[in-house]
Amino acid sequence: MKTDDFISMLAAGVAPVDPNVTGNRFHLALSAGALGAVAVMLLAFGLNPHLRAASALPMFWVKLVFPAALGLVAVLLAQRLSHPGMRLGAAAKAWTGPVIAMALLALLVWMDAAPAERPDMIYGKTWKVCSRNIAIVAAPVLAGMLWAMKGLAPTRLVLAGASAGLLAGAVGTVVYALHCQEMAAPFVLVWYGAGMLLCTAIGAVLGPRVLRW
Amino acid sequence: MAAMAVMSANEQRLRQLLLQGLAGEAQAYHVFLKDLGAHVRAFLRRRLASLPDEIEDLVQDTLLAVHNQRHTYRADQPVTAWVHAIARYKLIDLLRSRSVREALHDPIDDDMELFAASDTEAADARRDVAQLLEQLPDNQRLPIVHTKLEGLSVAEAARATGMSESAVKVGVHRGLKALAALMGVRGVRGVRA
Repeated sequence: MKTDDFISMLAAGVAPVDPNVTGNRFHLALSAGALGAVAVMLLAFGLNPHLRAASALPMFWVKLVFPAALGLVAVLLAQRLSHPGMRLGAAAKAWTGPVIAMALLALLVWMDAAPAERPDMIYGKTWKVCSRNIAIVAAPVLAGMLWAMKGLAPTRLVLAGASAGLLAGAVGTVVYALHCQEMAAPFVLVWYGAGMLLCTAIGAVLGPRVLRW
Repeated sequence: MAAMAVMSANEQRLRQLLLQGLAGEAQAYHVFLKDLGAHVRAFLRRRLASLPDEIEDLVQDTLLAVHNQRHTYRADQPVTAWVHAIARYKLIDLLRSRSVREALHDPIDDDMELFAASDTEAADARRDVAQLLEQLPDNQRLPIVHTKLEGLSVAEAARATGMSESAVKVGVHRGLKALAALMGVRGVRGVRA
């Protein structure tokens, strides 16, 4: 078929395009993914039985705000990376904000503690399973995000996958924090951070395999 | 200076045509694709000087990708940047699948360059889209043939095929996606030595 005929074919009877299609896809993927994450957390790990008491402590909220802030950055990145030719702009570096803030807080707490207490602040009781559990809780969100992005047009597949992974890891961490009873800032920095990093890496590996179009 | 003015005039014009096309105006959309095809051809001709036989196939790949992915254009974004990213993606896909790494040494990162030249002289594509269409299942092929090649409306195509109107629309949509996937399979076109 000649290109002119091919063009006529594409243009014939072309339907109007819904301008909200990106937003709708992201909403659907995120809400379904977050619901899935809550379900996995409740079924596999269970809610923190002392949630009410814990929520009176500022540190409980820090555990939520740190991943939530990274999640917001990741949403921006994922949206831009799903659209051909969009520049990442300031969002490309914005993820360092929450990480630096969390690192400073962890450092302050760590310096303030007696040397004998320090190892416990980093390892807590659950350091061996924390990051892995976050990745398990995040899995439904990652699946949803990859589905959403596949219907758009990412052109930088490793980065796009990584942004989906970071977003999934962030949502997964917020949800997992409703189970996790660890309360030390150094623990949160290291193991929540490692959990989100793990999800980001999984996304980066899956991106080029799953997101091609 | 003059070249810059031409480029930004092209940008304005194509943006307007694309926005009309997204609103469902087939005529404006047709002009858009035709103009865009000429720019993409010139762009690829410079990039693929070593593979002249691939150019027209890749022009069609890129136009189909632009069409299938047209919902990802954002009105606040230059059309040039959007199309450039798609054309570049399809080009790299081709080069990767042919493992022609040498051609990648040519830096391909200047958005504006895309509208600097235009080439309406279409060579024949080596791959025949009509043949690829034959490979689609009936519920995708017939809606495309009726609405896009024979010019029937969706309602008429629905009557002719016995499918529902929404099934016809879905068939066209999925069929064009499947066509893009078939185009991506480079084995189809056969590699020339």
